[in-house]
Amino acid sequence: MRATMTPQELADRFVRKFGSRVSNVQVKERCEGVKKLPQKTVWMTVSREDLNDAVAELISIDYPHLGVIAASDNGDMIDLLYHLQVFFGGKHEEICVVFTVQVPKSDPHVPTISGLIPGAVYSEREKQDMIGVTVDGIPDSRRIFLPNDFPEEVYPWRKDEKGIPPSMVKELWKVDRPTDRPFPPVAEPEPVEKKEPEPAQQAPSGGAAE
Amino acid sequence: MSQKKAPYELPIGPIHPALKEPINFTFQMNGEVVEKVDFAPGRAHRGIEWMGMRRNPVQILHLCDRICGICGVHHALVFAQAVEQIADIEVPDRAYYVRTIIAEFERIQSHILWAGVAAHELGFDTLFYLAWQIREESVDVIEYITGNRVNYGIMMLGGTRRDITADMFPRLEQALQYYEGLLEKMVNLFLNDKTIAMRCKDTGILTKRRALELATVGPTSRASGLAMDVRIDSPYAAYGDLDFDIVLPDVYNSEGNGDVYDRIIVRIFEIKQSIDIIRQCMKQMPEGPVLAEEKYAKLLMNLKKASGEAFARVEAPRGEDMHYVRMNGKQEAPEMWKVKASTYSNQMAWVEILQGEQIADIPIIVASIDPCMSCTDRVAVVGQDGNAGIMTKEHLHRLSVEKTRRLQS
Repeated sequence: MRATMTPQELADRFVRKFGSRVSNVQVKERCEGVKKLPQKTVWMTVSREDLNDAVAELISIDYPHLGVIAASDNGDMIDLLYHLQVFFGGKHEEICVVFTVQVPKSDPHVPTISGLIPGAVYSEREKQDMIGVTVDGIPDSRRIFLPNDFPEEVYPWRKDEKGIPPSMVKELWKVDRPTDRPFPPVAEPEPVEKKEPEPAQQAPSGGAAE
Repeated sequence: MSQKKAPYELPIGPIHPALKEPINFTFQMNGEVVEKVDFAPGRAHRGIEWMGMRRNPVQILHLCDRICGICGVHHALVFAQAVEQIADIEVPDRAYYVRTIIAEFERIQSHILWAGVAAHELGFDTLFYLAWQIREESVDVIEYITGNRVNYGIMMLGGTRRDITADMFPRLEQALQYYEGLLEKMVNLFLNDKTIAMRCKDTGILTKRRALELATVGPTSRASGLAMDVRIDSPYAAYGDLDFDIVLPDVYNSEGNGDVYDRIIVRIFEIKQSIDIIRQCMKQMPEGPVLAEEKYAKLLMNLKKASGEAFARVEAPRGEDMHYVRMNGKQEAPEMWKVKASTYSNQMAWVEILQGEQIADIPIIVASIDPCMSCTDRVAVVGQDGNAGIMTKEHLHRLSVEKTRRLQS
């Protein structure tokens, strides 16, 4: 038995600790299989100033596994979703905790959590690449998935003018056969005139027969 | 030729067209010893997420199959689960079992494929041929069930597209018995071999603490003694109904210090576990349909109206696989789709486990986390004068083989 609290208790602990600074706290369950055992999830929205405190609070409960940081363009805001799991290893006890952090597009900055969870660097680098959120204090701010010659200020997951412009999209279905090629590609071979087979020459005598 | 001074840089990679994720390594070498490791993934980023956000969920599902050639059905499964949560689709019970069986057969073929690759990297090509020969059986069964050897296309939102009927069980059982008979042989060949033990024990160590901090997943973290398996932690499909435990290296009396040897143990014994899981599934399978909504037009109509966000996680052969989906109810395509494959989480561990190891150990250590690619296809050694001498994969592989021979003599 690894779990020390239920999802509701975990949510209550955050509400107690952070008060109105956490919002949208939801406890969800999803059941599959014949026995319908629940997959337990706690969702909450935290401000970016409180992000590190929230992760630290989770670490004080149980050191979490960081699944991934997902991100979504939400109009004026960018939603960053930190998917963390605690109490894994016990049978059917795991609780998934999702911290949603909203950052305005006018000031897309978020603090790094790599001081607490070193493995987060990978996902944070991806967020800088893909959605253009600057992660303050990231130990390694190089590009990760996009090539070095990818244009600056273009972010594939954005849905505004900073997203992929149509000029960068190659519509493969529009690509027709090239028109400057000979058709058919190989010219018909010229008909070869049939020649009468020459009479076989007399085999040269010699060799072992002699 | 100029004198090479330590430390020198050893770039490996970046590309091999047949692989999912070609990668570029840069090693700082001091003689034979790796001092510092850096890697740059994304050499074959196909923008699948971007493509997905312009397609409807059923189209994405079949795109998911093509994310990876080895663990594609897990991507399709996890995407289906995420969308089913958003659209409130009730999956028939029998479909959970069909999903579980196909997922476990995929695990068997993936682990055996990996075992073959590992043997090849160590220079045991006989073992490599044997492993890939016996892998055929699981691929044949997958073809028998789904019609395809890869990209099975069996998943559907709200269930599966094909059923596994009782008259198919004898063929499945035949495959399970085949693997059961070979298991002892595989344990013997991989784990009781003196040379494999010499090459793999205390090589590429990842401690439990670091495995946790670097957010590693799957057999890589379990080999470090970190009990973590989505199938047990957050039961999905039929896994909640079944009786099995997390495989840790202590199943083979290893203390689990997280070396390459422990990773072999975990994968070999997970094959055994998969056999057991499939048997339980066949025994407990409930009757009924396998698909919630057979009319695609109606399904798509409902999906178009669905709004909300959800994520789902499954245990793919390489570890946790996670999809996050957000739909807004206004358009067919999801507003956001994020794919997190298992290797994504495990790559950070490379920096840790390659440090202090020898050049000849690089292939097996890189392969030991079972990455979705093999990056050692072309290596350039850059001297101090900047002239690159090209080292081929064959050369690097030969170094590894020579080390094995040295240890044997």
